[in-house]
Amino acid sequence: MKGYNFAYLDEQTKRMLRRALLKAVAIPGHQIPFGAREMPLPYGWGTGGIQVTASVIGRGDTLKVIDQGADDTTNAVSIRRFFAKTAGVRTTTRTAEATVIQTRHRIPETPLTDAQIIVYQVPQPEPLYKLEPSRTETRRMHALADYGAMHVKLYEQVARYGQIAISYDYPVMVNGRHLMAPSPIPAFDNPKMHRMKALQLFGAGREKRIYAVPPYTEVVSLDFEDYPFRAGRAPHACALCGDTASYLDEVVTDDRGGRMFVCSDTNHCATRRERAA
Amino acid sequence: MAYVAVKGGERAIDAAHAWLAAERRGDTAVPELETAQIREQLGRAVDRVMAEGSLYDPDLAALAIKQAQGDLIEAGFLLRALRTTLPRFGVSLPIETETMRLARRISAIFKDLPGGQVLGPTYDYTHRLLDFSLAANGTQATAPEAEARDEAAPRVPDILGREGLLEADGASAAEPFDLTRAPLTFPASRDARLQGLARGDEGFLLGLGYSTQRGYGNNHPFVGELRVGEVDVEIVPPELGFSVCIGTVELTECQMVNQFAGSKTQPAQFTRGYGLAFGHAERRAMAMALVDRALRAEELGEARTAPAQDAEFVLSTCDNVEATGFVEHLKLPHYVDFQSELETIRRLRGNTGKPATSLPEAAG
Repeated sequence: MKGYNFAYLDEQTKRMLRRALLKAVAIPGHQIPFGAREMPLPYGWGTGGIQVTASVIGRGDTLKVIDQGADDTTNAVSIRRFFAKTAGVRTTTRTAEATVIQTRHRIPETPLTDAQIIVYQVPQPEPLYKLEPSRTETRRMHALADYGAMHVKLYEQVARYGQIAISYDYPVMVNGRHLMAPSPIPAFDNPKMHRMKALQLFGAGREKRIYAVPPYTEVVSLDFEDYPFRAGRAPHACALCGDTASYLDEVVTDDRGGRMFVCSDTNHCATRRERAA
Repeated sequence: MAYVAVKGGERAIDAAHAWLAAERRGDTAVPELETAQIREQLGRAVDRVMAEGSLYDPDLAALAIKQAQGDLIEAGFLLRALRTTLPRFGVSLPIETETMRLARRISAIFKDLPGGQVLGPTYDYTHRLLDFSLAANGTQATAPEAEARDEAAPRVPDILGREGLLEADGASAAEPFDLTRAPLTFPASRDARLQGLARGDEGFLLGLGYSTQRGYGNNHPFVGELRVGEVDVEIVPPELGFSVCIGTVELTECQMVNQFAGSKTQPAQFTRGYGLAFGHAERRAMAMALVDRALRAEELGEARTAPAQDAEFVLSTCDNVEATGFVEHLKLPHYVDFQSELETIRRLRGNTGKPATSLPEAAG
């Protein structure tokens, strides 16, 4: 785009971001502060992910952007257009064809490969913030691996509800050391992060933090021996492709309680239907 | 209703933008607003946008206000997004507010003082009666003129400081923190705090400043001085080695004089709260000064009990570009998270009456 550098950010800013990314990869799950810039999209709408994507994408890359698993949700469209305009890169909706995937709230159903990078948009990088709002204090807790409070929270849920009741942004332990917010993906997606072949990068623009999970890293959802982690999905088959294992969106079809369930991952669903046809 | 896959996001976005542009223009029978009119006639709005957008450019601020349909937070965001792409040629010398060409200068603690009290253009003593003549036929406004006083107007803190009654300004770090390039970390130094406050949301700062006056972290403030006017901005180009003036900016500066610090060994001294804003923005500068002083509680050995005294709370919350983004992002789809919550709540409801409730820990 005329008047702007490749992928919008100037090279000095990209360098700053890449330094933060290298640190993040070196200490899996540890949050690295970085000098997040104002982007032409609002904070909270993916500015962290956009900055990370802008700093890793090259002219030969193919970009896929999803929001809620779908390529055609308005914010995914907006971000994909942003990079098509500012970087002129190829874009795709096919998970297997993408080299960089920016996502909000989902991990694609198609397993990722070691030739891919997945960039998560993160609203709140601090997994402990609901227990301790002061980031000065949570930094200390991370330094000491003082995560007892989170286990107590899970225990209180078991005591109160008979089970762990976290549905999304379910906290994970990375590389046996750092407690990490997986971003608001459903707990259903957490197991996909474990020893994922792709590099996982996380950008939180407003909170000015970057973190990462290198390929093949241990990512374990917190639980108890007698109350093991459970990944929930709606107990239905997709009404369009019939998949009984994918994560489903619930669609309200009338005002009399009518519901249908369809794949949240639109590319996964379309590919299955193409194959069946 | 049959399920229709939600397609057509691209077309919807284009149509929405076109509608927005038409709505912005409004009734075409009414003449279109020129940015020069905004700059000249809505100056206080321009000043607020420059402060919160942290970019001094009245013309671009006027354009941003026009583009944002007068939504000043949106306009500030537009300026910020531009500002972040601009190259940096250098850093200016510290501005000298002592040599400000004053449009207004008042002190609430001395009846008269060197340089005098200069009332200047203020709403302070206007009666808030709607002036219907402004709607009817506009005004031919001419102000009486007088010769500028040829007298130095030293800053009130310097007057107090000579007697040692006011604490000295802390030594400034050689290289000030840069909030626009580095992430804020805590504890935050005063330069970082002042930068955050200088572009913080005016309403939020006003509320926090007011809260200190209502007992949530009171610091017994007096307006030592409030001055508004133009100052020169100077840089030292490396190839020249001496300073040159590259332009002027209008500023509002507030020096708040607050109650004492001191001890048996340290003589009592008034303490400082400082506010500085682009343009003519007295409310902002005063609120900033109140909050700056409140944030110094720890350094001055005061108990930190109120929100305005908590630097992490104040500085992490006061930026309205961040705040509006995150509040408004709730409009984005959350189908996936909500679906996972639906599954959880259905599972929990199915469990009601089972072992969980018999555990004593479940009480409360």
